[in-house]
Amino acid sequence: MFEQTGIPSKDMIMEKFPLVDRINRGPVAVVECYKEIPCNPCQTACKLDAIKVGTDINSVPKVNFENCSGCGICLSKCPGLAIMIVDGSKSNYTVEVKIPYEFLPLPKKDEIVKGLDREGNYITDAKVLKILNPKSFDRTPIITIEIDRKYLYDIRNIKVEV
Amino acid sequence: MKEADLVVIGGGPAGLCAAISAAKSGSKVLIIERNKDFGGQLVKQTHMFFGSEKQYASTRGIDIKEILVNELKMLYENVKVMMDSTVVGMYEDGVITILHKEDNYFKIKPKAIVVATGAFEKYLAFPNNDLPGIYGAGAVQTLMNVYGVKPGKKVLMVGAGNIGLIVSYQLMQAGVEVVAILDAAPKIGGYLVHASKIRRMGVPILTSHTVKEAIGKDCLEKVIVCKVNDKFEQISDTEKEFNVDVMCISVGLTPLNELLSMRGCEMKYVPQLSGSVPVRNDNYETSIENVFVAGDACGIEEASSAMVEGYLAGLCAAAKIGHKSNDYEVKRAEFEKQLYNLRSGPVGQKILIGIEQIVNR
Repeated sequence: MFEQTGIPSKDMIMEKFPLVDRINRGPVAVVECYKEIPCNPCQTACKLDAIKVGTDINSVPKVNFENCSGCGICLSKCPGLAIMIVDGSKSNYTVEVKIPYEFLPLPKKDEIVKGLDREGNYITDAKVLKILNPKSFDRTPIITIEIDRKYLYDIRNIKVEV
Repeated sequence: MKEADLVVIGGGPAGLCAAISAAKSGSKVLIIERNKDFGGQLVKQTHMFFGSEKQYASTRGIDIKEILVNELKMLYENVKVMMDSTVVGMYEDGVITILHKEDNYFKIKPKAIVVATGAFEKYLAFPNNDLPGIYGAGAVQTLMNVYGVKPGKKVLMVGAGNIGLIVSYQLMQAGVEVVAILDAAPKIGGYLVHASKIRRMGVPILTSHTVKEAIGKDCLEKVIVCKVNDKFEQISDTEKEFNVDVMCISVGLTPLNELLSMRGCEMKYVPQLSGSVPVRNDNYETSIENVFVAGDACGIEEASSAMVEGYLAGLCAAAKIGHKSNDYEVKRAEFEKQLYNLRSGPVGQKILIGIEQIVNR
């Protein structure tokens, strides 16, 4: 179905996520790149050897979750905007998620925005914790949101009400 | 008549790269560009490129244009440019004719030519396909990203290849509603990361669907779409209506290389390369000596490979007319390796099958 709709299945998503134990230890990258395409900026961007595409530039990137510090440098470098950072270390009830967001207006700190899933459906309210938009991110701002932990595997996008 | 060493026709990604590598080899290069600005399609590509660092991956197309033009400026001693100039003819005696700003018509006889004329958009046949409000994807991108004009309020995108997906995303960035993306093929043709990116904005992608008809009096008001079977035949009673003021047609590109046909280059229709393309050798030289080709003009691919092809064709063309650089072999091997890497995955399979049919070794 993925190739008809662009919506990955639950199994596909789960394969890309680290174990909950790792998520609870601190921020970590989830690279939702499923198909072989000639592309490797994620590997080039990562200074910790946490993302490997390998010698064949067409290979699907593999993440070494132990090497990953969740720094987020890869987020704004991925031309497919396929990467996000999840962090379950802050609370037992919520998770922090960092996503790339290339739309205007940008949300404001502490604003409540709509949290959307991979089909663009509203699933939960999300609190905006931080907006990072330095020059080095090249017009791909990174938004940190806080959501209820039960939506960890579903959250993928936000909508800012104009 | 003017004489020139090497003429590059087209200042898009392939042409700019061809000019850079030829000028670096010591060849005097003249670039002839039809528009007022360099960059070809790069000037409207606000998205980040795929590929590796060597093809400026992660950099936006609009910025890649700046990088290439700046590199060209450093080579000013070997480079001349002629903007607002269209090559209208290539003749048997090696002369090419140029129309500058619609009023000055003149001839040049270069030692070699690199044709990097790019591609043009395919269109789709359905009733009322000439209603105002129905655009090609390139026009929509030009309006929005070059001139800052919204094409309309609600758009139906036809075509789920990379261009259809990317332009849909750019429409949404411009604040335009995209009601759906449809494609007659049973699968999404573009990169699935692009598709997912648009899907999570809430835009449905309808594969195995086509446009049945457009409806409107003075301009587009409504589009009727329907499902198609595996033979691309319309299935009755599957119609859906979309009330939109814009329909954007993005159903692929075809190599733009009439100049090569005119010159008498051996051409071949190769579906995998999306049209009629010149037969060539490994140096990107066509069946006519000293006439080279690069980029979409010799097969529709991505801008990343078009740039590498440009570097390679420029290097080889310069060498052919006596400007073989000392590191010719090293550079050549490096460019070929880059092309091999870009094409070695599943996406490149079709391209490789196509190239196999046109390269004389």
